[in-house]
Amino acid sequence: MSGARVVVGMSGGVDSSLAAALLVEQGCEVIGVTMHLAGGSSRCCSLDDADDARRVAEQLGIRFFVANYTREFRAEVMLPFADAYLAGRTPLPCATCNSRFKFDHLLARARALGAEQVATGHYARVGRDAESGRPTLRAARDRAKDQSYFLFGLGPAQLERARFPLGELSKDEVRARARALGLATADKPESQELCFVPDGDTGAAVERLRPERAPGPGEIVDEAGRVLGRHAGVHRFTVGQRRGLGVSGTAPLYVTALDAARNRVLVAERRGLDARSGRVERVSWVSGAAPSAPFRASVRIRYRHEGAEALVTPSADGGAELAFREPVRALAPGQAAVFYRGDEVLGGGPLAGRAA
Amino acid sequence: MRIYLDHNATTPPRPEVVEGMATALRERWGNPSSTHAEGAHARAALERAREQVAGLLGVAAREVIFTSGATEANNLALHGVLAASPGRHVVTTTIEHPSVEEPLCALEEQGVRVTRVPVDAAGRLDPEAVAAALRDDTALLSVILANNETGVVQDAAKLAEAAHARGVPVHFDATQAVGKLPLDAVALGADLLSGTAHKLNGPKGAGFLLDRGRVPRPALLRGGPQERRRRGGTENVAGVVGLGLACALAHAELEPRRRHVSALRDALWAGIAARVPRVRRNGDPAHTLPNTLSVEFEGANGEVLLEALDLEGVAVSAGAACHSGSIEPSSVLRALGRTREQARGTLRFSVGPSNTAAEIERVLELLPELVARVREAGA
Repeated sequence: MSGARVVVGMSGGVDSSLAAALLVEQGCEVIGVTMHLAGGSSRCCSLDDADDARRVAEQLGIRFFVANYTREFRAEVMLPFADAYLAGRTPLPCATCNSRFKFDHLLARARALGAEQVATGHYARVGRDAESGRPTLRAARDRAKDQSYFLFGLGPAQLERARFPLGELSKDEVRARARALGLATADKPESQELCFVPDGDTGAAVERLRPERAPGPGEIVDEAGRVLGRHAGVHRFTVGQRRGLGVSGTAPLYVTALDAARNRVLVAERRGLDARSGRVERVSWVSGAAPSAPFRASVRIRYRHEGAEALVTPSADGGAELAFREPVRALAPGQAAVFYRGDEVLGGGPLAGRAA
Repeated sequence: MRIYLDHNATTPPRPEVVEGMATALRERWGNPSSTHAEGAHARAALERAREQVAGLLGVAAREVIFTSGATEANNLALHGVLAASPGRHVVTTTIEHPSVEEPLCALEEQGVRVTRVPVDAAGRLDPEAVAAALRDDTALLSVILANNETGVVQDAAKLAEAAHARGVPVHFDATQAVGKLPLDAVALGADLLSGTAHKLNGPKGAGFLLDRGRVPRPALLRGGPQERRRRGGTENVAGVVGLGLACALAHAELEPRRRHVSALRDALWAGIAARVPRVRRNGDPAHTLPNTLSVEFEGANGEVLLEALDLEGVAVSAGAACHSGSIEPSSVLRALGRTREQARGTLRFSVGPSNTAAEIERVLELLPELVARVREAGA
């Protein structure tokens, strides 16, 4: 791979900085690109971060460009994010951003620049299936940092051209190597929140994005249909949430469902969150095609979830049915269910709403 | 070897300019306002440069006010005149550089009314439309003499004539025209005219406003008697020396430079039109700076094409303005009636005196493949 031209998506953080540095060490002709995604106020996508990425590019002696995707990001990520919350779902914008922006858009740009590959600072690995020879997506060696959950949307065409130079490293190793190289971003703090919601207030972000559609106050209702209190709009809640309800029962109450049509938040005691089955919409299969038969997999239903054993049955409409061996807590519609076999990601997609 | 075709952005300083500035830094370090010999020595360099600028533009040396560049000169002209005039109205165009447009927006917030006369699809102003926009309370007509993005040159003399007939003074932002076109500020009817050294192989940080003395004396930076109290602050002697030398060189070489760059520019356009499908030239070719070529590559992303060319060693500019490091489709091209997509597909090539025919040929060899690649990738 020596001498090959590779585009590295550089966010201005330590991970993608080191990814670029490692490819330079390997002899690649590295081109750094910072995708300008959200407006100037956001954190991970702001132009301050582009300046950090530029500094690292200068240190590494590589070419660097800022690519403006603000219009596309608003249309393809931010507005669907707001619409999902307004529909009573809990979206996963990072998954869309990874497959659409870090790969589709950036791969197209790479091709235009004469580069065959795109690398990022994700903690994940690309492997190869021994039988078919197709590329596989695997969890990172450092399971605590693993980001493969967010990458289930990648298919064979993207993985063929993807590189994750940090897949075999731990975060501590990444920082240590970045320090050893004297990279300007070596000690930069990690970004935690969504890049376009830097203050973490998703409810306010939804109201800014879709001011005309904010539902206003509604009712908090229990399983028996009793009104327990008021809330500031369904878009401010997530299934499984306990804090911030402002109502109390004999036992702690959790959000079990969001009825967007009636702007109602449904609550119940903890057991009301348990589910043995679920449905996934629009599954994206890493192999490019749905398996022909049901299969057992470890299914992660949110980023930090350790995985629950389930039988996954692909359905004719492109989705899949999930039958869990043990009940799982809080299947939040809109969050991704991602199927793993060992450390290999098989596919995933957004959880559907539960039948009311 | 890099091929630099972005001379409307900035130019490499001529060796004579660099030499002259280095000498000035070493030997003319005195404060020009000081009475002693060191001060007088620096002062002499400053005044020599003033004559060189005045010589290029056909005005008297005392009419030259040194500034930090064209942005400051434009701010001085607009804020200065509006602060000193009773009139509260300005006539300008829809294709101004931000260094005119943004001060005007600031003035609008202070209650000044601004009329922006549109250009036609070729980028030209209709002098009659400009005349019709003038009012009794118009304090100034401010027009970009040659546009930085399209290179389109306005009929300055006609515009000035219309304004003067109504008693309205005229400011030309001549940043792109100085050194590229023969400019006689008197014949053009300019009352105020802005320019900067780095567009004509001089240094950054040195520019000028010509003030022919027919408007209330504008001043912006206060804090000293320098520049006849028009621009306070100890003068940038080395920068001004560089500006003067760049103007003197441009004055001496104007015609051969003009022939050279226009021949290269024409060869570039002929080659592009012959070898690259679905291209269109922006702006009226009969009234364009000799060095500038704005081309729309239909269906290609100009920002990406710029990067692809850059990676092959060619520096050009996208048909876009760079706002805080990120590129937005050009408002100038939008003012010519181009769609957002068309503006996005535009590149600006701006040739300089040091470019060669071999460089143009190399660019013509690269372009068809790069344009095809960018179009195909749909980036």
